[in-house]
Amino acid sequence: MYDMKALYEAQSVEDAVALRIEHPEAQIIAGGSDVLVQMREGKRAGKELISIYMIDAMRGVSLDAAENLRIGSLTSFSHITRDPLIQKYCNVLGEAVDQVGSPQIRNIGTIGGNTCNGVTSADSASTLHAYEAIVELTGKDGVRKVPIKDFYIKAGTVDIKPDEIQTAILIPKASYENTFGHYIKYGMRNAMEIATLGCSVNVRLSSNKKTIERCRIAYGVAGPVPMRCPSAEAVANGAAPSKALAEQFARAVIDDINPRDSWRASKAFRQHIAVEMAKRALTRAVELAGGEMA
Amino acid sequence: MSTQYKLVHCTINGKAVEKMVDVRASLTDMLRNDYHLTSVKKGCEVGECGACNILIDGEAFNSCIYLAVWAEGKDIWTLEGLLSPDGELSDIQQAFIDESAIQCGFCTPGFIMTAVEILETNKLYTDDELRKLLSGHLCRCTGYENVFRAVKKTMYRRQGKEIDF
Amino acid sequence: MNKVGKSEVRVDAFDKASGRTKYYEDRMPSDALYVRIKHAEIAHGMVKSVDTAVAEAIPGVVKVLTCFDAPEINFPTAGHPWSMDPGHQDVADRHLLNRHVRYWGDDVAVVIAENEVAAHQGVRALKVEYEELPFLLDVQKAMEEGAPQLHEAFPNNILKHTDMKKGDYQKAIQEQGLVKVEGWYDTPTVQHCHIENHGCFAYEENDRLVVVSSTQIPHIIRRVVGQALGRPWGDIEIIKPYIGGGFGNKQDALYEPLCAWCSTQVGGRCVRLDCAREETFVSNRVRHAIRFHIVSWLRKDGTIAARKVECFSNQGAYASHGHSIVAKAMGSFPQHYPCENMECDAYTVFTNRPAAGAMRGYGMPQASFADESNIEDCARALGMDSYEFRQKNVMPQGFHDAFSGNTNYYDSFRQCMEKGAAYIDYERKKKEYANDTGDIRRGIGMATFWYNTAVYPISLETSSNRMLLNLDGTVTFQCGETEIGQGADTAYAQMVAEAVGLASYRDVHVKSCQDTDITPTGLGAYASRQTYVAGFSIRQTADLLREKILKYANEVTRQAVGNMDIVDGNIIRKGDSSVLMSLSELAMTAQYNPVHSEHITAESTYTIRNNAYSFGCTFAEVEVDIPMCKVTLKNIVNVHDCGRLINPALAAAQVHGGMSMAIGYGLSEQLIFDEKTGKPLNGNLLDYKLSTFMDHPHLEAEFVENAEPTSPFGTKALGEPPACSGAPAIRNAILDATGVSINHNPINPHVLFSEFTKAGLIHDDWREEGVNCYV
Repeated sequence: MYDMKALYEAQSVEDAVALRIEHPEAQIIAGGSDVLVQMREGKRAGKELISIYMIDAMRGVSLDAAENLRIGSLTSFSHITRDPLIQKYCNVLGEAVDQVGSPQIRNIGTIGGNTCNGVTSADSASTLHAYEAIVELTGKDGVRKVPIKDFYIKAGTVDIKPDEIQTAILIPKASYENTFGHYIKYGMRNAMEIATLGCSVNVRLSSNKKTIERCRIAYGVAGPVPMRCPSAEAVANGAAPSKALAEQFARAVIDDINPRDSWRASKAFRQHIAVEMAKRALTRAVELAGGEMA
Repeated sequence: MSTQYKLVHCTINGKAVEKMVDVRASLTDMLRNDYHLTSVKKGCEVGECGACNILIDGEAFNSCIYLAVWAEGKDIWTLEGLLSPDGELSDIQQAFIDESAIQCGFCTPGFIMTAVEILETNKLYTDDELRKLLSGHLCRCTGYENVFRAVKKTMYRRQGKEIDF
Repeated sequence: MNKVGKSEVRVDAFDKASGRTKYYEDRMPSDALYVRIKHAEIAHGMVKSVDTAVAEAIPGVVKVLTCFDAPEINFPTAGHPWSMDPGHQDVADRHLLNRHVRYWGDDVAVVIAENEVAAHQGVRALKVEYEELPFLLDVQKAMEEGAPQLHEAFPNNILKHTDMKKGDYQKAIQEQGLVKVEGWYDTPTVQHCHIENHGCFAYEENDRLVVVSSTQIPHIIRRVVGQALGRPWGDIEIIKPYIGGGFGNKQDALYEPLCAWCSTQVGGRCVRLDCAREETFVSNRVRHAIRFHIVSWLRKDGTIAARKVECFSNQGAYASHGHSIVAKAMGSFPQHYPCENMECDAYTVFTNRPAAGAMRGYGMPQASFADESNIEDCARALGMDSYEFRQKNVMPQGFHDAFSGNTNYYDSFRQCMEKGAAYIDYERKKKEYANDTGDIRRGIGMATFWYNTAVYPISLETSSNRMLLNLDGTVTFQCGETEIGQGADTAYAQMVAEAVGLASYRDVHVKSCQDTDITPTGLGAYASRQTYVAGFSIRQTADLLREKILKYANEVTRQAVGNMDIVDGNIIRKGDSSVLMSLSELAMTAQYNPVHSEHITAESTYTIRNNAYSFGCTFAEVEVDIPMCKVTLKNIVNVHDCGRLINPALAAAQVHGGMSMAIGYGLSEQLIFDEKTGKPLNGNLLDYKLSTFMDHPHLEAEFVENAEPTSPFGTKALGEPPACSGAPAIRNAILDATGVSINHNPINPHVLFSEFTKAGLIHDDWREEGVNCYV
């Protein structure tokens, strides 16, 4: 039995927006795998909740008119992984969220909840950053779109206005087209794990596969919020894929990332594995794109 | 402050039911307290151990972190529902017995329900895939060894294939 | 013998597979009040006051009780047999609630409420004022002069110090040409993590107290609740239903005394006290973290000239099982690798960590990690193969220990090692993996252990049981050695069927639920003793029952008692094996005989004055990804000589579970504490790294079945042994793969990062300063 003050159930997005305005103190609950746990811990005990879980319209993956991938915020991780559009256009996202917690958590956990928590360790976050995803928010005045890097303000805080809920995550066509990515999660065990570090790399190669036209790399847990690595990307962009490049690229992430010391892992350890993961993720992404690390 | 209730209709183990439910209740609370389905176990109450796992519309969920009110309109199965009306065990339950996959028995109900979800897909998974699909359950007695054997054996049987451990 | 030695289906399998089995919470009265505990949020200090006003005003809160309300009666909690000698009784250092807080998580107050939410709110609303004292997490620091004291009666925080000497160590180490191998070995604080948390409920009935509890030791709990509440032991009735694992944590009085007392404070109403997982980690029991210092002196011929072993056991805040764990650990050394000259010391030291108690292996996983790490390093220091060095030095056949009376009748160690080496393909892989030089390297490691069966002669060993012949010729069986998931009930059924002469183990109805008002007194499930000790009393009671059956049969059949036998549920004439009557006919005749009516039952107690060595080993194969600081366990086998197997399939299953626990001990599990506050940091199933389904390879369990001569059924310990040798085998495999000796477990990525950096296997050019694992 949860110590909750009241529960308001939204049946539609409009409903949810109205409830947000009516109950400004209330916390939104999607799948609940984080909110309910915090409520039990006492952190959110005694709060009001607005449940959006029953809004089926917010589930599913589609292509919009401009062929951008549109993922409804309540789509569960397991449904994202199994979705044919995801598998075709952005398989790495499906693979990344297939490493969240456990099978049961992947059935209840939603991509909206994962991003709205604003935590750096979210398994979806690094890939969404590496694909420059767009967050769709719906409020009383309509829809607002925010690039994911701006959506994350600071640890635990995201850009949602008091009348808004997050309704979808978009991956622009330009971002996924001809692009192949790989995600590596570093954990202390192989399942039911919070990432010690997450690294997502994607590349677009030239048609002859000899040049990396575009390389993007993002990390979770390398800083207070998920982050891209501009220095490392600059090393790889326009370069020919090679083992030496992978080393150079990986070494460069040290200039970009800023992991912290905590009891979960030291800064030194996170830096060390960040470099190794960058190297391996780039190598794999190039292979997936049909290139070779000479 | 008065307690907030909601009438929840759902199907549990094949039977349509309805009950006034305290909105603060988890689905574990509802199944155990209102429907006496005590195979739904409490091991951590935060979705880590898998002991409270049940099927909702064919997918496995930890009922401890699932609000009871979300059960509205859902098709819910617990381990109690697998026994046939005349008391016959299903193949996967029998396999858990035959492979000595049961010791203290506390993780068993959750494990079997996940196994049902896996088996219902009618796919032949590799060992690594199977381990991943079963990884939402913690067990301290079995080292997972015989649980793995029980599920794998049943998966092969249902496919009409010879098992090779 | 044809009923034992078979892989029969568990007697409780159907109910457990169908969800019917009732654990304590499934028997909960719906009107039970909820008890929640206020745990201290400091590691050491005195409670100055508890402000209960806000909590008491919360609707639904029935009562708030604080450490100032609880009686100041000292009681012990260890699940040991009572000793008539006060000098051997467990240390009584507990109160129901504590004004002197000795660890982060200590019990300060309780809120009793009509519902769960009110109880939680009540606990959160309590305001506790403390006078903080300096705290200690480390044993060496706790032993220093001037260190803060946890218990007045134990100066320098030393609960106990014992030693053991053999030969003349100081003289022996003067021998010329000896090679010295010295190391400090550290083992972590870990938790049992049975999937069912401990919990119980209590109520008064006819002026007596009934407690239904998730425990391994109902009869001992009865005594402890009596002691804690200052009530006659006969006032207490403990009921133990099925439990969801225990592994030693529930071989302690956990919250039964507090729960019982709470009931008495609300007029005997039923109260429930359910531990949350976070409480299980911190406020139940943990495994002792033991630090070892070992110095081995070796001759070039591969023999051991002398050894010195010091053991420092971190007891945490309260005595619980106390010194007996490290005493057992220390005691393993002289017998494992016997040498002429030894000096051993063991200290048990209080610190401000959670109280350490019994946990599967009882000191032996710790000792085994240290001993087998040192022995591995010894072999390598001499340039000898690990297998060969152990073959040469491990306890030989015929070895006899005068204290326990144990004899190594066979050559079990070597037989187990041979079997393990064959399974893992030791020689070939050793050679092949020696060539690995890249980022990914493979290695093979091994470790051995020995284990005592039961607790004789240190403590009383007794077993009682009752057999009742039912009218259908089946037998109802009751004993105090409990089923906790390990399969004891099934082993009993097989042994009873064998000993009485029934057709099937299914003709034995084992009463799994112990009720101290009804069940013959027994000590419970611990020390890997159940099958061994119950074997004696089962044989004895079965003989009594058979005697009664045959005596009555003599009245009916006129055949001489000595000329009859009971076989497969029938009374037969020995001469021609003809069936005289079935047990059912006999039982019916006896019960309903108008002249001489008798319900046939037998009950007896057997005092066991034997013990037996159990042996085994682990071989492990690992693949180490050096840059990623990751170990993958590729292959692992345990080989055990636990005598004759009563049920081979269940024995193998039990070995798997122990291997799994050992894998976690070796690679991932550790309860960690904030050095600044003493607060446990990872007491939950996400942050405490219990192995998951994806962290194990196939677990291979094999046996060498040398019948144990002292046991009526040829059996001996198996419950705990599988947890003993896995961690050092993995440690030695990592050493084999990388050349890096790591002397503390778990060997997780943080440790590998630090150790590989020190060894020069990895080098981060951007980082000049020293490596920091935990910050």
